[in-house]
Amino acid sequence: MAEQSALKDLLFRMADDELIIAHRNSEWTGLGPILEEDIAFSSIAQDKLGQSYALYRILETLGEAPADTIAFTRDESAFRCCQLVEYPIGGYDFSLMRHFLFDTAEVLRYEMLERSSVEMLARLATKVRGEIKYHVFHAHTWIVQLGSSGSEESHARMQSALNEVYPLAFSIFEPSAFEEELIAEGIFAGENALRDRWVEALAPVLEKAGLKVPEVSDITAHYGGRRGYHTEYLQPLLNEMTEVFRIDPSAEW
Amino acid sequence: MTIQSLDPRIQRAEIPQDEESPMNPLPPLDQHETYEVFHMDKRGEQPVRVGSLHAPNPEIALLFAKEQYGRRSRTVSLWVVRTADIYMIGVEDADIFATTPEKDYREAKGYRVGGKITAFKRRNTVDNG
Repeated sequence: MAEQSALKDLLFRMADDELIIAHRNSEWTGLGPILEEDIAFSSIAQDKLGQSYALYRILETLGEAPADTIAFTRDESAFRCCQLVEYPIGGYDFSLMRHFLFDTAEVLRYEMLERSSVEMLARLATKVRGEIKYHVFHAHTWIVQLGSSGSEESHARMQSALNEVYPLAFSIFEPSAFEEELIAEGIFAGENALRDRWVEALAPVLEKAGLKVPEVSDITAHYGGRRGYHTEYLQPLLNEMTEVFRIDPSAEW
Repeated sequence: MTIQSLDPRIQRAEIPQDEESPMNPLPPLDQHETYEVFHMDKRGEQPVRVGSLHAPNPEIALLFAKEQYGRRSRTVSLWVVRTADIYMIGVEDADIFATTPEKDYREAKGYRVGGKITAFKRRNTVDNG
């Protein structure tokens, strides 16, 4: 099949994004700002992990190694996640803002994929629709609360988190070498189309939150992840994530 | 010295190992207000009150309710309402209802109209037939 490598590349990009953001968000488990939010954020992280698993399973049916092997044994340079998801969790403001910007792109990506010519992908997109709708609901609620209904401090912190995370978020839309093929084959309408929809979707929420979209002089500044060039933060994350697997690959829990 | 832990996240946080607890206990009552949560497991069913939770406002209460009361059992709808917004006759006034069980004249069974209804039905059937 001519479109296999294009499709696989898209699946790896999506699955690796989900796996790494899941791991990052799960770092809040037990340390969240309040118990109930700790539970909510951890639960969302679990959902992301589940989505990465579903995507790796599709890759398996296309002839790739089993999910655990893909997730736990690849070198850093084989990962296709964007740089946004690699950054350490920072404060809760940083993590919430990343959650908001990433998940807004994610919900739109899956929305586009519901019309994909690849049936497995379209079916998965339809299946996770409700789950992601909740993730976005969670993100929107917090962004608007802390942006406009909280205190002066919470507003200032959300604005500075937005200033920090927004330029990084463009790394999500780093185009792959297969863009034209994906679009022509009807697999996915492409990163540029997604980015335009994302910018449009953010506006009303940020307005409601009273937050100003920062200027971004170079949207390619944090590109590289989709080609295997990562930040200094990914390798330590992989070391931690794969620690048990490396000690005992047959461990069950 | 910082707290040493097997959890790499705690190691990274570099929490000072003072004799005093790094976190002071919250003063009493310094927490969010409570919300009551109502859960509906099927379309068309009545929402049933399943518990309460702490939240700073109704929007956040809904988020928390989703995780705490909608994560395991089948759910189609969740309601939250501030506990303070519920006006109630409390159990301390239960004596208001003490004699209710005796008032069976308020129940349909107190009326003896079965014969009349049967006669009415029979008459209608004959008329229509």
